[in-house]
Amino acid sequence: MNSVAILTQALEVVAAIALAPMLTGWVNQCRAWLSNRRAPPLLQPYRALRKLLHKDVVLAENASPLFRAVPYILFGAMATAAAIIPSLSTDLPFGTAADAIALVGLFATARVFIALAAMDVGTAFGSLGARREMMIGFLAEPALLMVVFTASLICGSTALPTIAETLVGRSLAIYPSLAFAAVAFVMVALAENARIPIDNPTTHLELTMIHEAMVLEYSGRHLALIEWASALKLFNYACIGIALFGPWGLSGSTAEATSPMLALGLALPVLGLKLMLLGAGLALMETLSAKLRLFRAPEYLAMAFLLGVLGLLVHLLLWGGAQ
Amino acid sequence: MNLPLSAQLIHLLAAVLLLLSFAMLAQRRVLSLVNLFALQGAVLVASTTIVAHSSGQHHLYYSAGLTLLLKVLLLPAILHRLIRRLEVRWDTETLVNIPTTLLIGLAVVIFSFGLAQPISQFAETITRSTLGIAIAMVLLAFLMMIMRRKAVSQVIGFLSMENGLFFAATSATYGMPMVVELGIALDVLVGVFILGIFFFQIREQFESLDLHHLESLKED
Repeated sequence: MNSVAILTQALEVVAAIALAPMLTGWVNQCRAWLSNRRAPPLLQPYRALRKLLHKDVVLAENASPLFRAVPYILFGAMATAAAIIPSLSTDLPFGTAADAIALVGLFATARVFIALAAMDVGTAFGSLGARREMMIGFLAEPALLMVVFTASLICGSTALPTIAETLVGRSLAIYPSLAFAAVAFVMVALAENARIPIDNPTTHLELTMIHEAMVLEYSGRHLALIEWASALKLFNYACIGIALFGPWGLSGSTAEATSPMLALGLALPVLGLKLMLLGAGLALMETLSAKLRLFRAPEYLAMAFLLGVLGLLVHLLLWGGAQ
Repeated sequence: MNLPLSAQLIHLLAAVLLLLSFAMLAQRRVLSLVNLFALQGAVLVASTTIVAHSSGQHHLYYSAGLTLLLKVLLLPAILHRLIRRLEVRWDTETLVNIPTTLLIGLAVVIFSFGLAQPISQFAETITRSTLGIAIAMVLLAFLMMIMRRKAVSQVIGFLSMENGLFFAATSATYGMPMVVELGIALDVLVGVFILGIFFFQIREQFESLDLHHLESLKED
């Protein structure tokens, strides 16, 4: 616990909060290009946030204090998650506070609060969206946990920084179980971030909405915070994916001996490059696939869960037999 | 901890085979089912070739060639032809809905991994740890035959089971003797021909390929 580590921690959270809308903007840009439309500028999400922050908040008459508190809780949860996930460095003072299981719990907390807020005002669409979100959530969480467990079994720890460090430190080998886990993780990440096979983030049709239906009642700075938190969630998921399946280029405690600042300075462009690739991949996947019927969502998520468990089993079988 | 590259590749291909078995279990369309079956055969060929190369067992090259010819090229072609002639491109109906089938499949996999653990201790091949996956493939194909109603998908399940058996033989004892393998290959080929004729007979009799018509002996 030294000053460099604390500085790294602070920089990481600030970078996550500042860069998250840009990732969303990049994905939107790629999607527009892929469907032959003129793309909105990269900084468009920031402009939307600024516009919303300047507007007044309109509250429903029967909105409870919970309704007003939820945007802050949501944003706080996502910022905390960003502090736990090793996106720039694995040497995080905060990383020891919570492991990957607690991280999944943090995401679940955010989900429960947004669902409660959606039902708070009592509009039809709000509770419809909340129910759908809970259905997707309770199916996606076990799958996400299985993915985390697979990586934990390989590395012998449930703490994300340790997992990333172990994977970087180890000589290159083919892990079939990690491949399974990666596919499962992509499926879960798409479902959790309200992306296309499950939910369309750009839809204007209330009946098909999940995430958008829940935030219909929000306006002004509350909406800005919620949008920002959604962008941060996408950013967090991308960083979890990087930490679990491609952590090369992170500045870790091993690099500390030479020059921590230099390593950190290198980690930032590497992260940017990875996020660019991931965002383009996400846009490509979204363009190529169609939205599933809602009643097909359990099947999709059962498939993700299955892949996660298969990764776990394959790991136990293949490495257990090999030793 | 680090295995030789060939063993790693075999493990990877074994995992892909298991994944393909599950994909077949989850697949709704008959046409994609045939394509998945051909893909499974292709992966099997690749893994057999790697085993042959790394173990120096030359007869496995012939097995791989035979598999390529029969299960990747000939049988899928015959099945495609059958499907075109029978006009059965429709979605197949499963007895239990697909998520439940997948979860049952998961239980089957756990069972077969447990079953294979003590057996693979005795084997001395480099591929012994994939025996569990081979058994799982056989049982998953079996599950597919149980869960499907339509004749074509049951036949594909049968063929996929043969793939699993072949993989089990390769992983436990570096393959069966050539005579046995040739015999099985011929059996499978003839089996598909006969079943193809049966399809037409069944359809002519009941105007459907739904096998549950065969359960009642008398006409009501």
